[in-house]
Amino acid sequence: MKYRTVFDIIGPVMIGPSSSHTAGAARIGRVARTLLGKQPKWVEISYYGSFAKTYKGHGTDVATVGGLLDFDTFDQRIKHSLEIAKELGVSITIQEEDAVPDHPNTAKIRLGTNDKDALELVGISIGGGKIEIVELNGFLLRLSGNHPAILVVHNDRYGVIASVLNVLAKHEINIGHMEVSRKEKGKDALMVIEVDQNVDEHLLGEVSSLPYISKVTKIHD
Amino acid sequence: MFRNVAELVEIADNENILISDVMIKQEMEVTERSFNEVFEQMNKNLLVMEEAIEKGINEKVTSVSGLTGGDAVLLQKYIKSGKSLAGDFHLDAVSKAIATNEVNAAMGTICATPTAGSAGVVPGTLFALKHKVKPSRDQMVRYLFTSGAFGLVVANNASISGAAGGCQAEVGSATGMAAAAIVELMGGTPKQSAHAMAIALKNMLGLVCDPVAGLVEVPCVKRNAMGASNAIVAADMALAGIESRIPCDEVIDAMYKIGQSMSLDLRETAGGGLAATPTGRELEAKIFGASPIK
Repeated sequence: MKYRTVFDIIGPVMIGPSSSHTAGAARIGRVARTLLGKQPKWVEISYYGSFAKTYKGHGTDVATVGGLLDFDTFDQRIKHSLEIAKELGVSITIQEEDAVPDHPNTAKIRLGTNDKDALELVGISIGGGKIEIVELNGFLLRLSGNHPAILVVHNDRYGVIASVLNVLAKHEINIGHMEVSRKEKGKDALMVIEVDQNVDEHLLGEVSSLPYISKVTKIHD
Repeated sequence: MFRNVAELVEIADNENILISDVMIKQEMEVTERSFNEVFEQMNKNLLVMEEAIEKGINEKVTSVSGLTGGDAVLLQKYIKSGKSLAGDFHLDAVSKAIATNEVNAAMGTICATPTAGSAGVVPGTLFALKHKVKPSRDQMVRYLFTSGAFGLVVANNASISGAAGGCQAEVGSATGMAAAAIVELMGGTPKQSAHAMAIALKNMLGLVCDPVAGLVEVPCVKRNAMGASNAIVAADMALAGIESRIPCDEVIDAMYKIGQSMSLDLRETAGGGLAATPTGRELEAKIFGASPIK
């Protein structure tokens, strides 16, 4: 079931005009911002399908950028996000792509800071403001952004998943949904763990100190 | 958890409770929250809807493009003239649906029900009922839970996205949701709610999503107006004892399949339908200047 709660249907409270092309776009942007963990210095947004055809009319661009600046769907500042980004010195590029995507409302966002931190994600807006992140740094995944989640980049080898889950068990963190994805056997792999409660930095530190773990990030509720 | 309308009605009948009760109970379970927390969140959404309607019927709202705005005010004035053919209650609902979508088009604050482009139908009918039958605040909040229960089934078994299923998935779903909720508010049974939803949605099947210039304005605002009108008539029919020959779940399934067979041009790409008319293209060129949307 993609839609779990009544507030996916009666909601979100949002700045118009489109739940998929405005509110959903803002949410995709905000997940990207959260995963980067700080304000980006540069952002490259590519729109596909209906997003590419109608983003200007729906304010998809201002909404995505609003999300990247950490604004929620109902934040009035969304309307002025392009100017705000300019004032903050965030460089924004927007591309309309011709390729036909699997889902009609698809956005790819690359973002980064002046140092080496950068990431690329692909998000889809599935209706009524609900979104899914379907790709992160080349890994295929399915992340709703509705629950707190821990993302772990690790070496693809036996025992790594068990060691991470042991830490969660010790801290009495329950897992709602989990998936693992790898590009190639024995190389980099990604664990996505959706959990029932927010996790603290201490726990993340503990996970990142485990062997064969290269990066740990989180998304909060 | 109910997976379709048949199960939703069955739970309500077996436990002798309202559809809104089923939805509230499920929400409490799924999100592990108390009745008060869940109810209060919905009450907040109700306040957002009320504010949008008040703004739309009292101020001349104008969208950035200038394509829409001010029609809710015109209709309210017309109602006061006493000349209305459809009836004051009916047009009040229509004007309040328009008000919501005009505020939405002007990038105002609204509550998606189930989407922003179809946000007018559920609140429009509800606030006209508020005026006519004076429901309690509790009943008004429940109206939203009932609408939400039916919307949840559509979202999980079909689609509520215009890009995926056309306007029938957006305004069509909203119309069915409102029809079902009107029935509960007026004292109808859960089965009658399901018939109202089926009757309303049947009359929205095949509706394409063809926004001029890709904006959620033309024809979206007026489609919400007609959605509100359709919901009221469908609810009245169900309350009179009229049944849908095709069960509600099958109507929802038909809507899904029709959406899948719709051309991409007719699914929120501004590639066909009204968007591709000479006037539609002219407006688009005027709004976006030299580089109109393809």
